[in-house]
Amino acid sequence: MLYRDVCIVGAGPAGLAAAIEAGKAGASVLLVDLNMRPGGQLFKQIHKFFGSSAHHSGTRGCTIGRQLLKEALDSGVEIWLQSTVIGFFPGNKIGIERGADHTEKQIVTVTAKKVIIATGATENAIRFEGWTAPGVMGAGAAQTMINVNHVRPGNKVVMLGSGNVGLIVSYQLMQAGCEVAALVEAAPKIGGYAVHAAKIRRAGVPILLRHTIVAAVKDPDGCVCGCNIAAVDDHFRPVPGTEETIDCDTITIAAGLKPTMDLVKLAGCALTFNPAFGGYVPLHSRRMETSRAGFFVAGDTTGVEEANTALEEGRIAGISAAEDLGLLSSREAGLMRGEIWTRLDSLRFGPFGLRRKTEKERILQAFESEIGTPQALS
Amino acid sequence: MSLIESGYLEWEELMRLQSLPDADRYRKGPVAVIECVQEIPCNPCETACPRNAIRVGSPITSLPKLDADLCVGCGVCVARCPGMAIFIVDQSTSASTARVSFPFEYEPLPKVGEIRQALNRKGEPVCSGKIVNVVNPPLYDRTPVVTVEIPAEFANEVRAVGKEAAYA
Repeated sequence: MLYRDVCIVGAGPAGLAAAIEAGKAGASVLLVDLNMRPGGQLFKQIHKFFGSSAHHSGTRGCTIGRQLLKEALDSGVEIWLQSTVIGFFPGNKIGIERGADHTEKQIVTVTAKKVIIATGATENAIRFEGWTAPGVMGAGAAQTMINVNHVRPGNKVVMLGSGNVGLIVSYQLMQAGCEVAALVEAAPKIGGYAVHAAKIRRAGVPILLRHTIVAAVKDPDGCVCGCNIAAVDDHFRPVPGTEETIDCDTITIAAGLKPTMDLVKLAGCALTFNPAFGGYVPLHSRRMETSRAGFFVAGDTTGVEEANTALEEGRIAGISAAEDLGLLSSREAGLMRGEIWTRLDSLRFGPFGLRRKTEKERILQAFESEIGTPQALS
Repeated sequence: MSLIESGYLEWEELMRLQSLPDADRYRKGPVAVIECVQEIPCNPCETACPRNAIRVGSPITSLPKLDADLCVGCGVCVARCPGMAIFIVDQSTSASTARVSFPFEYEPLPKVGEIRQALNRKGEPVCSGKIVNVVNPPLYDRTPVVTVEIPAEFANEVRAVGKEAAYA
């Protein structure tokens, strides 16, 4: 049996930041991730980040990933890759399956005094005729292919969804040498930042608002060779007679994300449904602790936002875990959290951020009124 | 705002939402044109400017404001802006031509002397342009800044060049 002060699940920005804070405070930290590399989605974010100077703004996501990883290793954090948490058992025992799919796997049990769940989010799918054909994929998957694996998913792409993911991945597909034939969006307005839209418009990508994909056109082998689109009415129903076909070999779907809740549910944490944050999310305190004592959450698992908020929430979770271990005084931890909440408020501000602040407050208040004090699982 | 309905800014809209350099300032030398019109939490342009000519302040969702008298059109902000929404326009070199600098993150990178199609905000070709400068120092973190020379009347329109060389 292995013993660690803190076990963190997910080595994205939230998990790395939590590991850094807990590690710096003197905790023994095990960071577990099922991927081949740490960093979560940061290493495929090759664009320069928005934000304040305090949030590495103007720095590429992949560079931030490298900095965080170095900081984590410098703080003495132990990282297990290709390792999947498969169970939480009484006595804070954590079952971890180690090893790649093509190797013989090993089950290891680790006892951790504190657990931080930072498992991120999962892409939503949109179902249309032919949506399971080879060539239809999530925009995030296409982004992983081009920016991490350096493989083009195809030559000519139709993107569905004008949120920041749809806009940024369209740009990056062009950087990788693909043609983006069109960006299709059912809403009457572009969802993401206008500057991202301007960037792909300048490059000649048509942005078709009030349109949707009705079917993927398949070649004799069953692979995508085109995309049928149609205008939609005010209720997002395709308007008969407006169908047209766009030649393409790839259809990428950027229809938002939902928090990855498997481990949060497994841990028995109390949940709430929050559409603004992408679905079910765990109730948590301002210390990022869930209804289950000793179990913390951070990042997109608590509601889909972006890397900077994930990072800040991760810091809070790491600080709170260290505080409960007696490695930080309540005063120190409280001051540190106060500064971070101020920075979080600056990120959840303006026309794109205020709703997230309101929703986060709602979750914090629900925690106060419904949970109050986290309970150990009996 | 037409930008969130079409993806591109109309010049009139930009003039209404941002403070742009005046005609006098354009004649004096290169100057930044900030085409950032949406309140998003972002301020690297403010710290990028070596002459403190760009002010965002607090809250960081405020639109950046340029002091055109302090700006020398060096172009550091062009490479630093994560939204790629800052351009340098120079109408001081001749009466008949203007120069526009913009970030360019595609391959192949234009070469000085090359002719490329000059594109407007919609990606439409408006004229051909001659590449007169390409800078890509480490400070720019792999965002080269390209300068294209075009007929003066297109100075407020051209904001990019085509991805391939064109021969006029």
